[in-house]
Amino acid sequence: MKIPRFSRKTLCIPYAVFLIFFVIIPMLVIVFYAFTDKNMHISLGNFIRFFSDPTKLSTIVYSLVIALITTVICLLIAYPVAYILARSKMKRKFVILMLFVLPMWINFVLRVNALRELFNLLSSLGGMEWLASSNYFKTVFGMVYDFLPFMILPLYTTMLKIDPSLYEASADLGANGFTTFTRITVPLSMPGIMSGVTMVFLPSMTNYVVSDMLGNAKVTIIGKFISDYFGNDWHMGSMIALVLLIVVFVSTWLTGGFKSEENVRGANL
Amino acid sequence: MNKQLLIKCLKAFFVGLVLLVLYTPILLLAIYSFDKTNMIGRFEGFSLTHYAALFGNSKVLGMIGNTFLLAFLAAILSTVLGTVGALGMFYTKKRVKMLIHGASQIPVINAEIVTALSLTVTFVAIGLHRSYFTLLIGHMVICTPFVVLSVMPKLKQMDNSLYEAALDLGASPFKALWKVVLPQIVPGVISGFMLAVTLSLDDYIVTMYTRPSGFETISTYVYNATTKGNAHTAVTLASLWALTTIIFVIIVLFVVISNLSGLRKKEAKR
Repeated sequence: MKIPRFSRKTLCIPYAVFLIFFVIIPMLVIVFYAFTDKNMHISLGNFIRFFSDPTKLSTIVYSLVIALITTVICLLIAYPVAYILARSKMKRKFVILMLFVLPMWINFVLRVNALRELFNLLSSLGGMEWLASSNYFKTVFGMVYDFLPFMILPLYTTMLKIDPSLYEASADLGANGFTTFTRITVPLSMPGIMSGVTMVFLPSMTNYVVSDMLGNAKVTIIGKFISDYFGNDWHMGSMIALVLLIVVFVSTWLTGGFKSEENVRGANL
Repeated sequence: MNKQLLIKCLKAFFVGLVLLVLYTPILLLAIYSFDKTNMIGRFEGFSLTHYAALFGNSKVLGMIGNTFLLAFLAAILSTVLGTVGALGMFYTKKRVKMLIHGASQIPVINAEIVTALSLTVTFVAIGLHRSYFTLLIGHMVICTPFVVLSVMPKLKQMDNSLYEAALDLGASPFKALWKVVLPQIVPGVISGFMLAVTLSLDDYIVTMYTRPSGFETISTYVYNATTKGNAHTAVTLASLWALTTIIFVIIVLFVVISNLSGLRKKEAKR
C-alpha cells in the first residue's frame, strides 16, 4: 500500500494560521484595549466615560437614524425594481440587472465624488441653494445611491426562486393582486429582505467616506467616531469598535446569518 | 387591456427613473471631462486637457499604478490562500470546518473600520511598522473570506467519486487534487479572484490605516483631495473626472464583451 505524502486536511492549515493571526488575535486585542486604560490597567472607564456623555450618545442615535432611513429608502426603491425585473418576461432582463450592478465596479470613492460634483452643480442653480447646507439629506442620498445594488441583488435572487405557479394558484383561488403580494411575494422574499437589510444597514452606520465627502464633515456616524479616536485614544476607539462588533454579531444572528451565496457583490452573476 | 399597458409603462418608467438617477452623476463627469475648463455647469468647448493632465501627472499615474498592482497582488495571494483553505476545510472534520468557517465570516460581516482598527492595533502591539506588507495583509484579510465563499459552493457541487477514481487509478493525492478536483472548481476560483480584485480596488478604510506613509491609491487620493481640498487640487480633481470616465468605459466594454461572448457560447451549444 502506498503511503500518501500529504493529507487533504492539512491544506486548511495555512488559512487557519492566517485567520488566527490576522482576524482572531486582532479581535482579542480590541477586547483587551476596550477594557484597559492608558496605563494598561483593567478598567471600565471607557464604558463609563462613553455612556455618560450625552453628545456622544446623541451622535450614536443620529447615526442609527441615518442608517435606518437609508435602509428603508433602499428597500422601498429596491423592492419594486427587483419585483418588476424578477417577474418580467423580457428575454434580456439580465442586461437591465447588469445596469444596476455596473456602477458598483467603478471605484467607490470616485463614485461618491461624482455625486458630490452633481450636488455642487445643483446647488449653484437658482432655487436649489438649500441643497448646499442640507448635509444630512446629501449624506442619506449618497448612501442610498451607493448601497442600492446591495439591496437589489439579494432581493432579485430570492424573488427569482419563487415558483410562478404559486401566483397562478393564488389568482385561481380568488386572491386579488394585493393579497397575492402580501401573502406570497413578501413572505417568500423575506430571506432576501433580511440579507439586503444587513448589507445596507451596517455600512450606512460605519462607512464614513460618504458622510465625510457629502456632508461637509458635519455629519458624524459611528464609523467616523472610531476613526477619530484612532489617532489619540485607542482604548476608547476599541471600546466603540467592541460595541459595534457586538451589535453586528447579534443582528447577524437574529437575521439568520449571512447568506453567502446570494449577495457576494454580484460576483455570481 | 389599456390598464395593463398603463401598468407596464409605469413599471418601465420606475426602473428607468432609478437607472437615470444612478447614472446621472457619472454621465455628468463624463461630459465635463471633455470640457476646456474645470467648472461643471458651463460647457466652454471640447478639449482633451483633462486627459492630458491625467496622463502627464506622474503622481496621479503612480497612484493608479499602485492601486492596480496592489489589487492584483492581493487578489492573487487571496485566491491561492482562499482556494487552498477552502479545499482543506472541505475535507476536514466538521467541527474544525465550522470553526474556520466562523472565523472566516468575521471580516465579511464586520464593519471595515473595526477590521482596520483591530489590525492596526495588533501591528503596533507586535512591533510591525506600517509597510507594503501590512497593507497587503490588510487587503488579504478583506478579500480571502470572499474567495472561500465563492469556492465552497463549487466544492459542494463537485462529484466526489472522481477523486476516488483518480486515486484508484494510481494518482497521488496531490496529483488527484490538481488534475481532477481543481478543474471542477475553476469557475468559483475565477469569480473569487474577480471579487478580490474589485474589493481591493474599492477599499478606502483598510488601506488608509495599514498603508505605509506616502503610499496613495485612487481611493485615498480622491478622498483626501476632496475632503482636505487645497488650491491646486482643483486641477487634479478635473483629471479625476477623466479617470472616472476611462474606468467607466473600460467596465462597460468589459461587460458588453463578456456578455457577447457568453451569448455566442450559448448559440454554439445549440
